[in-house]
Amino acid sequence: AYRTDEGQPWVLPVVKKVEQMIANDNSLNHEYLPILGLPEFRANASRIALGDDSPAIKEKRVGSVQCLGGTGALRIGAEFLRRWYNGNNNTATPVYVSAPSWENHNSVFMDAGFKDIRTYHYWDAAKRGLDLQGLLNDMEQAPEFSIFILHACAHNPTGTDPTPEQWKQIAGVMKRRSLFPFFDSAYQGFASGSLDKDAWAVRYFVSEGFELFCAQSFSKNFGLYNERVGNLTVVGKDADNVQRVLSQMEKIVRTTWSNPPSQGARIVATTLCSPQLFDEWKSNVKTMADRVLLMRSELRSRLEALGTPGTWNHITDQIGMFSFTGLNPKQVEYMVKEKHIYLMASGRINMCGLTTKNLDYVAKSIHEAVTKIQ
Amino acid sequence: SSWWSHVEMGPPDPILGVTEAYKRDTNSKKMNLGVGAYRDDNGKPYVLNCVRKAEAMIASKKMDKEYLPIAGLADFTRASAELALGENSEAFKSGRYVVVQGISGTGSLRIGANFLQRFFKASRDVYLPKPSWGNHTPIFRDAGMQLQAYRYYDPKTCSLDFSGAMEDISKIPEKSIILLHACAHNPTGVDPRQEQWKELAATVKKRNLLVYFDMAYQGFASGDINRDAWAVRYFIEQGINIVLSQSFAKNMGLYGERAGAFTVICSDADEAKRVESQLKILIRPMYSNPPVNGARIASMILNTPDLRKEWLTEVKGMADRIISMRTQLVSNLKKEGSSHNWQHITDQIGMFCFTGLKPEQVERLIKEFSVYMTKDGRISVAGVTSGNVGYLAHAIHQVTK
Repeated sequence: AYRTDEGQPWVLPVVKKVEQMIANDNSLNHEYLPILGLPEFRANASRIALGDDSPAIKEKRVGSVQCLGGTGALRIGAEFLRRWYNGNNNTATPVYVSAPSWENHNSVFMDAGFKDIRTYHYWDAAKRGLDLQGLLNDMEQAPEFSIFILHACAHNPTGTDPTPEQWKQIAGVMKRRSLFPFFDSAYQGFASGSLDKDAWAVRYFVSEGFELFCAQSFSKNFGLYNERVGNLTVVGKDADNVQRVLSQMEKIVRTTWSNPPSQGARIVATTLCSPQLFDEWKSNVKTMADRVLLMRSELRSRLEALGTPGTWNHITDQIGMFSFTGLNPKQVEYMVKEKHIYLMASGRINMCGLTTKNLDYVAKSIHEAVTKIQ
Repeated sequence: SSWWSHVEMGPPDPILGVTEAYKRDTNSKKMNLGVGAYRDDNGKPYVLNCVRKAEAMIASKKMDKEYLPIAGLADFTRASAELALGENSEAFKSGRYVVVQGISGTGSLRIGANFLQRFFKASRDVYLPKPSWGNHTPIFRDAGMQLQAYRYYDPKTCSLDFSGAMEDISKIPEKSIILLHACAHNPTGVDPRQEQWKELAATVKKRNLLVYFDMAYQGFASGDINRDAWAVRYFIEQGINIVLSQSFAKNMGLYGERAGAFTVICSDADEAKRVESQLKILIRPMYSNPPVNGARIASMILNTPDLRKEWLTEVKGMADRIISMRTQLVSNLKKEGSSHNWQHITDQIGMFCFTGLKPEQVERLIKEFSVYMTKDGRISVAGVTSGNVGYLAHAIHQVTK
């Protein structure tokens, strides 16, 4: 989760404002939402992902399902794919998850019934960047119609995203081999500070004519973690197909949670529907993204100034909340035990944990770990 | 071509269809008796005062929005379990239970169903009363279980077919799962009397069945939370380690906030810890962790003495209004000159009433009188007001005389 420079959680100012508006609105009650969720939320959430001028939206071939966070959106999408994709109830369709990825991806698709979950090459530990060739090879070798979970931006946990040129290559292979793109978009706006920039990959795939799913989370970019606000965007060939897909997703939702929680969706919908609040939100998002970007550049410059062995440009090349530092497990153990800096054994740090007060200490500690421990 | 060309259009939801048709109707006298939500005597949704107060208190605390634990808000889940089991419950005091927050009743039922599918290896069979809530079957089916039924409702008397139920339940294979509605059976409104519950408990114990209680109306049925939880508590006292799903949608009017809980009564606290760890493993790939808003409101109410007292009064108020509408409907039917026995309307309890009306009669009510209900003759008494009960009685009399 995001932290301020004081190391505190941050409820976005625009969220506080909108919650007050909601509290003061006596016309509101606690009645059930429709099964697919709050209509104003659904349409606007998909619009955020695909863009105001999205041809798919104009052509009415976009559907949306309000879900419980990004996880809920992934699960509903996975349950639908297991029932209806590549035949009926084809649990053998391979599902590819990046190596590494968010650990829960595996469990979501497994619990949805898929039997064959595989990894695709992604992180190149040696060069500390994207293993594009490995990724493309895996896509060439993958059975036709395999499902690929793609991180829309700010790859978790590596922070390493394909460049637009690389995305084009990925899309080319996927189209040729008839692979299904399932985007996980948990950091739109939060990664670069720009909603449009962070949605580039998803929009490119749409413009290339793909039918795809995009699981959106508003946990990070709205700071609404515990309200469970998510959206599953469905892009299809035409309105008729999308309508039938949604009718079947409704049945899946009905046996999972019946209808989604209303508070978080109301906050997001109210914000996205008002030009003024929308601008305020974008500025709040940029505040968070900019702080993370600042911490990245400050950490890198300190390491370079210290002369810490190795190259440290990956700290600023990477994007989003997480960074794969490249520290090995022994060096991580040193950080944790001797310096009381907590990071994952993989060397992943949460950039949000950095503050202007602790930058020096963290940089020095990394320097010690790298120089003392091999 | 599309990946989805072969995807069929899902069948329309029968209950939602009623509301859709109602909305399209232009008759000023129209009545929506399909609605599964409480309405006040003006036919409007009712936000409880204790809920408004709780919301104001929560707002003033300026809490953050950090993720809840996977098992939910502890103050909420603990209070939920205590509400169901009773503060004097041995099972509660000894800690031999685990309770996790669920997405209202549906989500809690589904967690339980998934848990049973994964860990209850003795049987895949879940026995539902005939009839049961329409969503029970698909929930258990999607969780990977098989559905069976035991006799429950007697359409001839519009009441409980107790001998039929006992006969069927006595024959259920050992170690099967039986689902029971704790109170205010949905859709019939027919609940067993206490002596009947005692016999049911003895039988399920003898058959060694796993008992799954669905309690969506505690407090809302009789107006008394302890009375409505009597069966749940009795079964536990008889040494039956039940599993239980709770909803706060109706009794706190928190429908869209999705506040609910799933509880497992265990042999001891150690077993409870192990069960909890597995429940969390099930929940994480479903939605990671539950929504905070409804749980915070319910927790504030249950854990703040003044608010809890106010809540108990308000929930009794809702139950009393429903009971009063039942009484008025019957007396109005008599006034209309109906010679039928309508006693079941006041014998039944909770939000719903199985009128005994046949599909043709229901169709006439919809077409000729703009009175909307589901084809099985179920009405939501919550949709009846002192302003329209007379019209309803008149309409029912016209199609049944």
